[in-house]
Amino acid sequence: MPTPDKLVTLSPQHITEEPFYQPSGDEIALFEAAYRHRLPMLLKGPTGCGKTRFVEYMAWRLNRPLVTVACHDDLTASDLVGRYLVVGGQTVWMDGPLVAAVRSGAICYLDEVVEARKDTMVVIHPLADGRRILTIEKRGEVVHAPDDFMLVVSYNPGYQSVLKELKQSTRQRFIACEFDYPDAATEAAIVVRESGIAPEIALRLVKFAEMTRNLKDNGLEEGASTRLLVHAAQLITAGLSPATACRSAIAQALTDDGDTLAAVQELSASLF
Amino acid sequence: MARTVAEINSQLERWLEVEFSMKDVSGIACDIAALSGKDQEFILLWTQRLSAAHVQIATLFVTQAAQLSTRMERRLIEAWLMQALDAHDRNGLQAAVGILRTVDRYIELRHAHTDGVVLEDVRGILLTFARGLSGRRLLLDANEGQQAWTDGETLYLPGVMTRMERAADNFILYKAQVAMLWAQAHFGTLRVLPELSLFTDVDRALITYATLETLRLESCIARELPGLARQMSQLRQQEPARSALWQEFTERLALPQASGFDSLALLPAALKSELPPPPCYQCDLHPVAVKSRIDSEKALLRVRLSELAQDLPPRENEDTPAQFEVKSGEDQAGGSGEMELLLDDIPIAPPDDVRQLLTSVLIDFGEIPPEYLVAAGPGEYDPKLYLETRQDPDQVWQGTYHEEGAILYPEWDFKRNSYRKNWCVMREKDVPQIKDDFAAATLLKYGPLVRQIRRTFEGMRDEDRLLKRQSQGEHIDLDALVEALSDMKSGGEMSELVYARLHRAERNIAAAFLVDMSGSTKGWVNDAQREALVLMSEALEALGDRYAIYGFSGMTRKKCELFRIKSFAEPYGDTVKARISGIRPQDYTRMGFAVRHITQLLLQTDAKTRLMITLSDGRPEDYNDNYRGEYGIEDTRQALIEARRAGIHPFGITLDVEGRDYLPRLYGPAHSVVIDEVRTLPLKVAEIYRKLTH
Repeated sequence: MPTPDKLVTLSPQHITEEPFYQPSGDEIALFEAAYRHRLPMLLKGPTGCGKTRFVEYMAWRLNRPLVTVACHDDLTASDLVGRYLVVGGQTVWMDGPLVAAVRSGAICYLDEVVEARKDTMVVIHPLADGRRILTIEKRGEVVHAPDDFMLVVSYNPGYQSVLKELKQSTRQRFIACEFDYPDAATEAAIVVRESGIAPEIALRLVKFAEMTRNLKDNGLEEGASTRLLVHAAQLITAGLSPATACRSAIAQALTDDGDTLAAVQELSASLF
Repeated sequence: MARTVAEINSQLERWLEVEFSMKDVSGIACDIAALSGKDQEFILLWTQRLSAAHVQIATLFVTQAAQLSTRMERRLIEAWLMQALDAHDRNGLQAAVGILRTVDRYIELRHAHTDGVVLEDVRGILLTFARGLSGRRLLLDANEGQQAWTDGETLYLPGVMTRMERAADNFILYKAQVAMLWAQAHFGTLRVLPELSLFTDVDRALITYATLETLRLESCIARELPGLARQMSQLRQQEPARSALWQEFTERLALPQASGFDSLALLPAALKSELPPPPCYQCDLHPVAVKSRIDSEKALLRVRLSELAQDLPPRENEDTPAQFEVKSGEDQAGGSGEMELLLDDIPIAPPDDVRQLLTSVLIDFGEIPPEYLVAAGPGEYDPKLYLETRQDPDQVWQGTYHEEGAILYPEWDFKRNSYRKNWCVMREKDVPQIKDDFAAATLLKYGPLVRQIRRTFEGMRDEDRLLKRQSQGEHIDLDALVEALSDMKSGGEMSELVYARLHRAERNIAAAFLVDMSGSTKGWVNDAQREALVLMSEALEALGDRYAIYGFSGMTRKKCELFRIKSFAEPYGDTVKARISGIRPQDYTRMGFAVRHITQLLLQTDAKTRLMITLSDGRPEDYNDNYRGEYGIEDTRQALIEARRAGIHPFGITLDVEGRDYLPRLYGPAHSVVIDEVRTLPLKVAEIYRKLTH
């Protein structure tokens, strides 16, 4: 079997500046303990509640490079592991992001992992248990993960589809940590910190978010996330009226349905 | 074009059945003839529609119609009449008459020209608005009167809002009423209601308390929802200033710590004074309705808790009823924090409905009284008490109505040009199994054909295949690469299309077969249908598409039956074969409900393509009912339109040679087929399916 004569791998980047993260429980201690014991982590929670930011913060805190892969329904195992390319008449092996992370002892974060194709589990499983290996079938290579490599996956249990369930064989390999929207005071503090908005307006925005969260499964698939609140607050500090900011940054982002949209706008108009 | 008095007279005589009632309609005809052509048309159209429901409703309408149409917008009149028709369908003639009489009173009171808002038009917005405000799953219903009130769960609002002149203001008024009703529950107005029964003049105490609470809730809303409070104060602009005493009450109740009990404390003083005119958004209080809802929720909660306790491992002390405890999470504000349910200090995850009930109790009382957390003993509650809560028309879709275990579906009345709500009482039943060799015999009978059908369908399976010569992919296409390299070596340009990619295609189809089980299918047709189902099932098993088979039949709207032969989840096995064999002709061909129910079932599947194939032998009809003829066709057509709108592809197969006349109207062009020969049905069905999905 001819061995390819070239191998390309990316070197994952370190995060140099401290990302802002407001802890709401013991998640930092949990993450550090899991890291020390080389255990993979599963972050559960609705979209925009700070999972990605948390991972960034932890990567900075542990001084590890971070590789983030946003999973989608066409993501295959080879997208993670790597593939052969033809360059100048020669085949070149290009490491996928997961392999790059394993080789360099980075934290690999697979965002919304249930979205990925089922065959990706074949590469994730041996990495996520005691073996900590990654097999590159096409190269006949087995990569052993160094001690400082860590796998982190996230998923949103809010999606009701049976197809988007994480299998027991997968979930039972991970240390799970549940994320939710922070309590009102913390959430307002986050909005203030991220946007520089006045605290009383931040509190109103949080109240508005709670109203939309009341509507989950009642017209809305999800309530407004902390991320959307930050967006709205940024628009308000940029000089837009709260009504416009809530409409563009929150209401329109949540739904396309006419009546629901009108009702959500009535809610925001009532608050400001 | 305007009609003459004589023309109108004869039409009215026919619709109002004057030959029986001997009522003289000539005066009415004269009045109507004096109106413009458009007004005439409107009145006559509605008289005819209403007469289809009940002559008395039509009579009541037409006698006041001449005055109505000059004073009010047609849209509003229509809304009222629709409400009356609904009331007639739901609660009978008296309810409808009651609503028509409020129209009467209304005209006397209201401005000549208003730009009203119809609740039905803004219902979606208001309901979502209300649910956003409240953590509770509130419901919304039209109130027969002009007042808004709530039992804490359902918000009753006037069916039409015309108090303000401009439509925008009428909408704001609706919104203000919703907010007031939400505030009544949220800020504890309803909590004080039991105390009011101690007053000698309860009615006056109630209205005075309502007026005081309106003042308090206004400031609560101003604190919580300043935007809405601004709009509300604009609505109030024309209203006169309050007296000095009431001004003082206003200030007392505006304090952030004021509660319903402060209003109660002010009540004796307020009772001695003259009440200020209520602001337009003031809502009524109905202590009896609130109490009965709270009682039935308590019953429901305690019954659900006892069910929960039974599912848990047995406790040490089985004789005393289980006493649960609730711990609130860290977030104390407004009860939005997570609640934890404990039994003997062991946390239990409450199911969603129990969590909702707990939230609801928490909103009612501000805490959860311990007696609410005692599991109900056997026979402690009459099931009617807590089952009644599920009878709300909005919840009918999920639960029971006046007939246990049934689902209600609306029916389209083309004469009224509207739905009859909750009209058909539908039940799903299993077809009695007949375990014989029918399926095997059919397969034997069509032996060679079955093999051919199976092969054809297997060929239609969309399997994973390797796409070659792609610009990217997970594999290298060696043939293409060799070619490209040799091209390059010979000085040509090297192609970039050297990859192979696995194409995973899924035939993501769910098909539902709806089989006519009416009495007319007896004999040949029934046999052919059953054979067709056996062959179809064989073919679909080969193909791997999800499918379900249901039979439908009915006799009057109270007995609409859908027979389950195979649900989507069931495998095709001996049970299903025995059910196919057991299909027997039943009653009549009421069809709309069946189409509506299958639509719901199809929507529950997550298939990309959803097909509904109906097999019938004649036009829709029913026993001694106006379903026969045009009504049945139009209802079925409407049900099919609903299905198409939901993204389902209906297709009709019929053995009725007259079907060519009405099928295109039902299914649209090219979505139906008439089979002349009953014998060929079994083969045709598979063939049609193949064409449809290829």
